[in-house]
Amino acid sequence: MARDVRLLDHALVPEAELAAFSATHPAAGGIASFVGKVRPDEGVEALELSHYEPLTQPGMEALAEEALARWPLDGLLLIHRTGLMRAGEPIVLVAAAARHRRDAFEAADFAMDHLKSNAWFWKREKRADGWHWIEPRQQDHSDLKRWG
Amino acid sequence: MSVKLVFLGKLADLSGAPETLVPGPLDWEGLLTALPGPLGEGARGDKVKLAVNGKLLSDKTALSAADGDEVALLPPVSGG
Repeated sequence: MARDVRLLDHALVPEAELAAFSATHPAAGGIASFVGKVRPDEGVEALELSHYEPLTQPGMEALAEEALARWPLDGLLLIHRTGLMRAGEPIVLVAAAARHRRDAFEAADFAMDHLKSNAWFWKREKRADGWHWIEPRQQDHSDLKRWG
Repeated sequence: MSVKLVFLGKLADLSGAPETLVPGPLDWEGLLTALPGPLGEGARGDKVKLAVNGKLLSDKTALSAADGDEVALLPPVSGG
């Protein structure tokens, strides 16, 4: 299957997922992948990611379809965590398998920019004085404009 | 039967619960009436979107939900 899109409410193990993805696409000339982790910011004790299943999953599927239509890929893997995470834990994994490296790099980059700004996730972080919701970042929106 | 309201992000904090049931049918005015204080103000905000049964409304004031429908109140996403 070209597209593998999942929400995970438990630990994401990128090494195992990448090994499985690679085995699924033996004909690919290369795989580009990106692992996003919870940044260890001063004072942040935990990060919680909430989502809305009826929008989040279909939105990620549509994103995968767009990438598959835009680049000649053998496969595309999008896995995103939900729930409670601590600093250093993987939060997202994107991998693109293609005949040629440029397509794999670009598709993974495209998918990450869209996940960071457009996907249906709400984040809050826990500090000593309690939980704080995280507002959208302008940088994420300007990153999206790269793709026209 | 009733209409299920689902609150996402900071709206869940304002409501005190992630979900609540209100009597149907429900239009925009009815929704605002059902949401007291800061929650109603939050729903009115330009950046808050509504989805009915997983479909985004392009104009939230055109809300028309029946018994059994699920209405989600969606503040701006923080990104993945």
